[in-house]
Parts: sequence; C-alpha cells; structure tokens
Amino acid sequence: MQKKRFSFSKTSFIASMVFLFVPLVVLIVFSFNANKAPVLTGFSLVWYQRLFTSSRSLWNAFFTSITIAVTASITATVIGTLAAIGVHWHKFALKTYVQAITYIPLVLPEIIIGMSLLAFFSGSHFTLGGVSVNVGFRLNLGWLTIFIAHATFCLPFVYLMVLARLDEFDSSIIEAAHDLGATEGQTLLKVIIPISMPGIISGFLTSLTLSLEDFTITYFVSGVSSTLPMAVYGQMYKGGVSPVINALSAIMILGTIVLALLARNFLKYIAANG
Amino acid sequence: MKGATIGILGISKAFGSFAALNDVSLDIRKGEFFSLLGPSGCGKTTLLRIIAGFEQPDEGSVTIDGINVLPLPPNRRHANTVFQNYALFPHLSVFENVAFPLRLKNTKNSIVTAKVNDYLHLVELGDHAAKMPSMLSGGQKQRVAIARALINEPSVLLLDEPLSALDAKLRHHMLMELDAIHDKIGITFIYVTHDQSEALSVSDRIAVMYQGDVLQVGTPHDIYESPATNFVAQFIGETNMFEGTVRASMGQMYVLDVDELGRVVVTDDRIYEVGERVSLTVRPEKLRISPDEPRVNGRSDINVFEGTVDEPIYSGFQSKYYVRLSPTVVFRVFKQHSDYTDEEHDILWKERVHVSWSAKDGYIVEGHRN
Ligand SMILES: Nc1ncnc2c1ncn2[C@@H]1O[C@H](COP(=O)(O)OP(=O)(O)OP(=O)(O)O)[C@@H](O)[C@H]1O
Ligand SMILES: [Mg+2]
Repeated sequence: MQKKRFSFSKTSFIASMVFLFVPLVVLIVFSFNANKAPVLTGFSLVWYQRLFTSSRSLWNAFFTSITIAVTASITATVIGTLAAIGVHWHKFALKTYVQAITYIPLVLPEIIIGMSLLAFFSGSHFTLGGVSVNVGFRLNLGWLTIFIAHATFCLPFVYLMVLARLDEFDSSIIEAAHDLGATEGQTLLKVIIPISMPGIISGFLTSLTLSLEDFTITYFVSGVSSTLPMAVYGQMYKGGVSPVINALSAIMILGTIVLALLARNFLKYIAANG
Repeated sequence: MKGATIGILGISKAFGSFAALNDVSLDIRKGEFFSLLGPSGCGKTTLLRIIAGFEQPDEGSVTIDGINVLPLPPNRRHANTVFQNYALFPHLSVFENVAFPLRLKNTKNSIVTAKVNDYLHLVELGDHAAKMPSMLSGGQKQRVAIARALINEPSVLLLDEPLSALDAKLRHHMLMELDAIHDKIGITFIYVTHDQSEALSVSDRIAVMYQGDVLQVGTPHDIYESPATNFVAQFIGETNMFEGTVRASMGQMYVLDVDELGRVVVTDDRIYEVGERVSLTVRPEKLRISPDEPRVNGRSDINVFEGTVDEPIYSGFQSKYYVRLSPTVVFRVFKQHSDYTDEEHDILWKERVHVSWSAKDGYIVEGHRN
C-alpha cells in the first residue's frame, strides 16, 4: 500500500501553476462579465463588441506595438545572430571584453537604459576645446526612436541565445565544411545558420515578447506615439481598468498560445529533420 | 595508381614562443598508407592541419603532386580530412552528410543518389542512410565521416586519430576496414596516431615524431627492428636499453662493455670505433629465459646472463618476466606459452634463471640525444 505523503516538488509545482494561470483565467472570465465592476453578474460579449467598434486609440496602439515588435525583433535577430556567429568563430583582440559587455544590458535597470537612450536621441553634445562634439543623434521622438530602442534592448537576448546554441558545437564542423569544399558563404548558409536555428527562433520570439510588453524604456523614447502597454496605462490612469482591456488581453493570450504551439512544433520539426 | 605525392619541406610552426614543429621534411609517395606516430603533443595534428590548410606554417612548403598548396584554402586542396570527433553535421541525415560535398557543386539529383549510395555501401552503412547522426553509434559515425571525406574523390585522405574514440575491439575492426578501403581506392592516406600497434599493423611507412621533430621515417619493420634513436626504440613496443662502450670489433661483430653488466656481443653493419659510447637495445621477445644454463655449443655470438626473477606477470597469450641481473639492471623478457614449446617447468618468483640472446638480435642505436 502506498501512503499519501507530502511531496515538496509536487506541492511547489501545483502552487506555481496556480499563481501563473489562475489570474489569466480570472482575466478571461471577467472579459465576458456583463458588469464593469469586479463582480460577476452574467455572461455578455459587450466588451468584445466595444473593443471592435469603439476603441480606435487602443487598436492604433496595438498595431503600433505589433509593427514595432516585428520590425525590431527582425532587426535584433539579424544583427544578434551575425554578431554571435562572428564573436564565436573569429578570434580578435578584446574578444573577452566584447563578450562581457554584451551582458550589461541584461542586468542594467530599464530606467537607466531608457534615460540614456533619451539623452542619446536628444542630440547630447559637449564642447571640447571650443569644438562641439556630438555624442548622440537629434531625432524626433516617435515610431523610429521606439524601434531603435527596442531593437537595441532585444539584441543581447538574441545574441546570447544564438551563442549558447553555437557553444554546443565544436569548430571542427566548420572546418569540415570548408574541407569538403564549402566557401565561407556556403558554410554560413548551409551549416552555421541551420544549426543555430533553434537559438535564432527562441531569440526572435523572446524579442517579440520583450518588445510587445515593454513599458519603461518605451515611456522615455516614445514622444507622442503610443504603444499598447502605454495606451492601457493611459486608460487606467484616466478612468480605472476597463473590461475592454480584459477582452483585448484574452485575445492576445489566445494568440500567444497559438504562437507558442507553432514555435514548439517548428522546433521539434527542426530537431527531427534538420 | 591514383593518389598524390605529398612533399613537406622544412615546415616550422610556433604557437607564441612554443615551437610545435621544427623544420619537418617528409616525402610521402603516391597511394601510400603513411602514418604520423608520436606521443601526445608532438605536433602530429599540427602537421596534418597544415597539410589540410587549417593552419599556415611559419616556414617551409607543402606540395601535393608537385604543386605548392600553401596559398590555397582547404576547400581548394585535393585533400579531405576525417576528424577525430567525426565532425558530422548534426542537422543533416547520414545521406545528406555524405551528399554535402556534391550538393555544394549543384550535382544532379540522380548522380548524387547513385554516388552517395555507392560510398555508403563502401563503408557498410547502406541501411542507415535516413538516420540522423545523433542516432548512430561511434563506429557508424566514423564510417559516415569516412564516406563523406571520400566522396569528393580526393587524392589524399587525412585521418586524425580516427579510431581513438572507439573501444579496443571496434578499433581493430575499423582499422582493418580502413586498410581494406585504402587497398580498394588506392589513394594516399596520411594517418595520425599515438598508438604504435595501429601504425605498425597497417602502414606502408611511418614517421615517428617527438617534440616537433621527425626522428625516423621507415617501414614498420625498419622502425621496430632498427630504431634510429633511443626514443624510437622505447616508444615503439617494449625494449631493454643499455649504455656501453665499444671494446673490440671483428668484422660486423662488436664486443661492448655494457655499464653494470659487462661483455655483450652484437652484430651491426655500421662502423663503430673502439672506445665509442653507444646504446644497445634488445627486444624482450628476443630473449630466452631458462632455469638451466642454455647449451651454447661453443658459439661465441650468444650472450648469457644469470639473474633472479623479480616479478612474473601472466598476460594471457604470453608471460612477462622482470629479471634482475645486477642491483641496477633489470631485463624485461616475454615468453610465449604452449605445451609444445615449453621444454622446462614453469618459472617462479625469485627463481635463479638464465637470460640469453643472439648477437644478431641486439641492435646499436645511433642517436644518443633522444
Ligand atoms: N592553436 C594552438 N595554440 C597554441 N598551442 C597549440 C595550438 N595547437 C597546438 N598547440 C600546441 O602544439 C603542440 C602540438 O600540438 P598537436 O595538437 O599537434 O599535438 P598532437 O601530436 O596532435 O597531440 P595529440 O596526440 O595529443 O593529439 C602541443 O603542445 C599543443 O599544446
Ligand atoms: Mg592530435
């Protein structure tokens, strides 16, 4: 006979699942609530109706966010992947410093990244011996500055994920490719990028998430443009949380789950078929 | 005969202040199974990588069929490498790994299929074409690496300790298979190993390397029977080494005064002066061990010494004896066993025995340095 025992790992697993998913379930349930107050009174699709008919600014912010997330993630993924490949396989002076520096954005508080980017975009300059030295660009805050900021803070995540993947492989497979007749370009396209693919995809998806949800850094560099997190914050600031946002969140949760499943199957497919 | 000649002339290579290769020169013949043999860190891999094009020498030249290949990148040299850790592409199936060189050249699909199947057949992997490398055993991965390196029909195959990751049984089997493949396709093989028995059993010729130098180049027989230096004698198989002085010569027969042992006769076709210091080596399997005094029948070319068995070691197909002849001199003796050849009773620990050998089985080693 097996006695029921207290199992620490089981209990903590259940506890974390509860804390992770119960709020999401609550949010989805309340998006169908017939009432605005946090009391369940009945089923209704009124918030969804309002989301699709009379939430112009929310949708604008949503599309701004999506556009920035996709473009910034693609940019970060391309640059981060190439950087990881270059740093991993080429020996150069200061390599260890470059590797150490890339960790800094991960541990730096977002507020500092936000402030420094703002200073950079406002065209900071100083005068040295009568000569004015520019240490930034004068850019109007808006779509472009958000894009640059997001691509910048996503970059180290992609870089590190691709690098972690490349670390699993010995440089002899690159030498093998050259040895078997591949040029540098062919080696990159037929060996290095395919074997890095799981890292590249994880990096891209992480970037999408980071960009979509970022508030702090965006707040500094957005000017008059508004991303989704900022629009939501703005609404709450004005009149408390609207169930319309619950409805939008429910749709986004669904979208995320679909994306995650697709990514998972894709990674599995890569693992099985190369 | 297919294959290429490889000329290595005055190759030196240093990593920082460490000299990995010192003025190495080798002439490797068409279609030869040539081994680079030496202890860990002696520069074998470095030399192979210079031939393949992964490393540039500081000095010297490398020619393949008389053409200087140093300016060419690895993908333009008619040499392919089998890497020690296989270096298979993890994202490609066995078939696509082997097809990789052909795909690079946009070969027609029908030709790729036919050729890849041929080479998979050659390495006996026909049934595994669809598998991913991660699903293969070590020996199978090695075969894929060999097929992949051969499919471009190189004139030289470079193998860097290709069997070192395999267990002893499989290693022997794969070695025999490599030998068979070499016989079949007839191209030049350059085989790196630190295992002298591997090198001796399959090579046409061997270069013995030590600390960046080539000490001796020769057939397995030359290297085993006529080692050029003390290091070669000791590295290839087991041996007994002694220092001594030449006392007298009678034609090709020399009488040596071996330190702490005394008079030893040895034949050698080279010339040594009376008074010259030389090293003497005698292989343990050429010694005879017997409890009774051997019957020499008045022959003057037999050396006989008496000693005590320090330690008999039974190792299956033979026994090893450490026989102490004097407080500082211990001989290693190997003896095969069978009812038919064992004339005497078993030799026991601490027993007084006679060790004897013919002057022809001793060998004077010239190089004193190593
Ligand atoms: N890239 C390098 N940088 C610095 N030193 C190196 C480098 N490659 C090799 N060496 C040194 O050169 C020497 C020869 O190395 P090599 O790899 O050729 O030895 P090896 O004979 O192949 O040894 P093993 O049997 O252990 O593989 C070693 O002492 C090694 O430490
Ligand atoms: Mg080596």
